[in-house]
Amino acid sequence: MSAALLEVENLSKHYPVLRRGILLQRQTAAIRAVDDVSFRLQAGETLGLVGESGCGKTTTARAILNLVTPSSGAVRFEGRDILPVFRKGERSEVLGIRRGLQYVFQDPYLSLNPRWTIGETLREPLRIHWPEREAEWPTRIDALLRMVGLEPQHAWRYPHEFSGGQRQRVGIARALAVEPRLLILDEPVSSLDISVRAQILNLLAELQDGLGLAYLYISHDLSSVRFISTHVAVMYLGKLVEMAPVDALFAAAGHHYTRALLSAIPVPDPGAAQSRIHLQGEVPSALRRPTGCPFHPRCAAALPVCRSEEPALIDIGPGHRLACHNPA
Amino acid sequence: MAPPLLSVEGLQVQFHTRDGIVRAVDGVDYSVGRGETLGIVGESGSGKTVSSLALLRLVPPPARIAAGRVMFEGEDLLAKPERELGAIRGRRIAMVFQNPATSLNPIYSIGSQLGEILRWHEKLDRAAAEARILSLLDLVGITDPATRLRQYPHELSGGMKQRIGIARALLCNPALLLADEPTTALDVTIQAQILDLLADLRQRLGMAMVLVTHDMGVVARMADRITVMYAGRVCETASAATLFSAPRHPYTRALLESMPRIDHRYTGPRQLLPTIAGRPPGLLNPPAGCRFAARCPEAMAECRTTLPVETVVAPGHSVSCIRHGSQGIAA
Repeated sequence: MSAALLEVENLSKHYPVLRRGILLQRQTAAIRAVDDVSFRLQAGETLGLVGESGCGKTTTARAILNLVTPSSGAVRFEGRDILPVFRKGERSEVLGIRRGLQYVFQDPYLSLNPRWTIGETLREPLRIHWPEREAEWPTRIDALLRMVGLEPQHAWRYPHEFSGGQRQRVGIARALAVEPRLLILDEPVSSLDISVRAQILNLLAELQDGLGLAYLYISHDLSSVRFISTHVAVMYLGKLVEMAPVDALFAAAGHHYTRALLSAIPVPDPGAAQSRIHLQGEVPSALRRPTGCPFHPRCAAALPVCRSEEPALIDIGPGHRLACHNPA
Repeated sequence: MAPPLLSVEGLQVQFHTRDGIVRAVDGVDYSVGRGETLGIVGESGSGKTVSSLALLRLVPPPARIAAGRVMFEGEDLLAKPERELGAIRGRRIAMVFQNPATSLNPIYSIGSQLGEILRWHEKLDRAAAEARILSLLDLVGITDPATRLRQYPHELSGGMKQRIGIARALLCNPALLLADEPTTALDVTIQAQILDLLADLRQRLGMAMVLVTHDMGVVARMADRITVMYAGRVCETASAATLFSAPRHPYTRALLESMPRIDHRYTGPRQLLPTIAGRPPGLLNPPAGCRFAARCPEAMAECRTTLPVETVVAPGHSVSCIRHGSQGIAA
């Protein structure tokens, strides 16, 4: 296997739960927001990271960039162990990594400075990363705007003058400013209307083909994941429970949670005879995490062993990994 | 043929702003039969929520209902005095809101806020109200209802709060339930549970439902008939089966095609999604002819000058598009 662009190894983010005593505070428990997550992403590919609210998908993405400090684990980008670089905090080295790895946020309303013109917003990453290339900034900003389907004159406008879809285009342009190899896209189309969503998904697809980008695409919307991803990883309560090439995952999911997730999506076809798997109950609180397999209390196929032993993520087919004692 | 339970005729809702009149809902017609579920779909700003709030005259200022009739059980709700309408809201027509976290009052217990409705509408005493609430909480699948009565909204999960919201709407046995994006705020597995619950309840109680949503998957699963709205007007109304198998309006078709599908393979050579170029028009000075003309791949010169009139093109199927069999009036 060729060296991966991004390798995440045993990444964890635990939050201590503290109880204040008379003099000291004691740690009484830990919320395992991200627990022992490992995956690889090759150049030019898209890994869809899916799961429901609170499963740890956003925390995973932020931990990769050290936006939240991981509790343990390693992240290798282009073969280089990057978490120690962030910890050391040598500015030029940190910037070097950030140039390769950029983040697009979910809500373009909140992630653009309302008092900056679009041009100023796009100039900021150039000012930080390419100070010595100031002469190129104006042409780079024009090119970025064109790249995302906007016009150079949009540089003079403010975020409030744009629609949600256009704002997300600006967010993507900003991330592309310094020629990254990997974009982390955190629910980039969730706040958009259906017709605009298709435009942005197409834009992401075209940019990927044109620039050879890799994406880590985080979403709870499985239909957009199917469209954009080459591989999909499913998270539940901080754990990666299944990972597979996209078609394999949608056709032959092995984990009962993945199957329930897929069958829960309403398909836009009234005739579709969807065999629905009815999941009982709700995702338990991360504080009261079940023993053994975190999914066992809601799983119809749970065995006694599921209650006591946590299943390991093992290979079950080409690129297909599964953590389940009693696969479907 | 018996008259429908609800019929909305020529409804217009306008927002009077400093810049002029925004025509958020501009001549909308639809009807709902007894026990029927009508899905209203559209994107943000299509007027789907405002038109459903207007049924109960719940549009907030500066919005104003400018024209139209809302016939319900033989009476025009828009012409009724406020007092009499108050006896219909929450009793004959009840609502389920999008965000269960904000539609419940955080400072009252579940029992007290649900009890208030029964005391107000049904003049039930405490014990009778509590018995009724308990039976409804049980009906919507809430475990241990007696404990929930004394709990506050913050103690409950999102899915549980939406179940309470549904129980609240059903307290007085409404003939019609208005559900505005009832599952949008929920995770997909919880959404499936709530949709199952709504489908089951409507079957058991025989109530009619107007389901407002942007999610084509949700209406495909829930609705008998579907109305598609765009920029304050109705594009097309048809049975769910017809709308998905033989949509006529170019907007309906484009909307359906633009959605990625979980049952389609996108691997291999890159496939792009069919998209609708541009975005919906502003409703401050909406275009004269068809609202969709500027984005429509089939538009003719006439579309920009003629306002299409919703015309029946097949039994149970009506369309507002002069390219697809509708009449039009010169704008």
